[in-house]
Amino acid sequence: MITPQIGVFLVLAAVAVAGAVSLILQRHPIHSALSLIVVMVALAILYLLQGAEFIAAVQIIVYAGAIMVLFIFVIMLLNAGEEERTNLSRLARFVGVPLGGVFLVEVAYWIGRATIHLEPAPPQAVSTRDLSSLLFREYVFPFELTSFLILIALLGALVLARREESN
Amino acid sequence: MVPTSYYLVLSAVLFGLGVIAFVFKRNILTIFMSIELMLNAVNLAFVAFSRALGQLQGQVFVFFVIVVAAAEAAVGLAIVILIHRNRGTLNVENVNSLKD
Repeated sequence: MITPQIGVFLVLAAVAVAGAVSLILQRHPIHSALSLIVVMVALAILYLLQGAEFIAAVQIIVYAGAIMVLFIFVIMLLNAGEEERTNLSRLARFVGVPLGGVFLVEVAYWIGRATIHLEPAPPQAVSTRDLSSLLFREYVFPFELTSFLILIALLGALVLARREESN
Repeated sequence: MVPTSYYLVLSAVLFGLGVIAFVFKRNILTIFMSIELMLNAVNLAFVAFSRALGQLQGQVFVFFVIVVAAAEAAVGLAIVILIHRNRGTLNVENVNSLKD
């Protein structure tokens, strides 16, 4: 029986998979970037469907709104063009892609079969207060470490992409 | 309620598609985006398990994965800009030697 929630899930899952397939099939990287944004928005609504409100908001704001915008900036800055005509070797086209598909179907099947017994928790939204009390009490050390990580990444990106100054 | 295995199968399918994109695409930017797709698939699995087990640690870990993905994207894109500046190409098949 298809409850409304399963119906919503199926629509969002179809949108996410369509976006991922479009990422593979598009030739220009800007179209792949926009397809990835579609996947991320679909995943954010799936997080909302599971009651993870904070994670859904962070996904939209940080992942789709900052990281993907950074990707699009770089694509426009480097003037990335379409990929050239495919010259996949015969081995890749007739053995590699089907084997990749077989891997995908097999992993999905076994994961589905192994977790079929898991019952989801009763429907309730997770409050940001509980999540933040966990983040700032038990996991405060990794949290501070991520601030160091962001600082190091910022310095690294700055140093790497700096133009050489001619003295 | 949507069973947990539905979310996990969707996560596995998205991860497999990310692997296929990583292996078969030749533009370095598309390869980076396939890495982000794989990270998103793993985030979905984390949230699904956090819901199934009734614990919040899964969502805390999703938070950390998003932060690490942001840092990795920043440094990785700086490296891509450097490669384009020094080799003139974004095709990974042409960047096949350490020295020019």
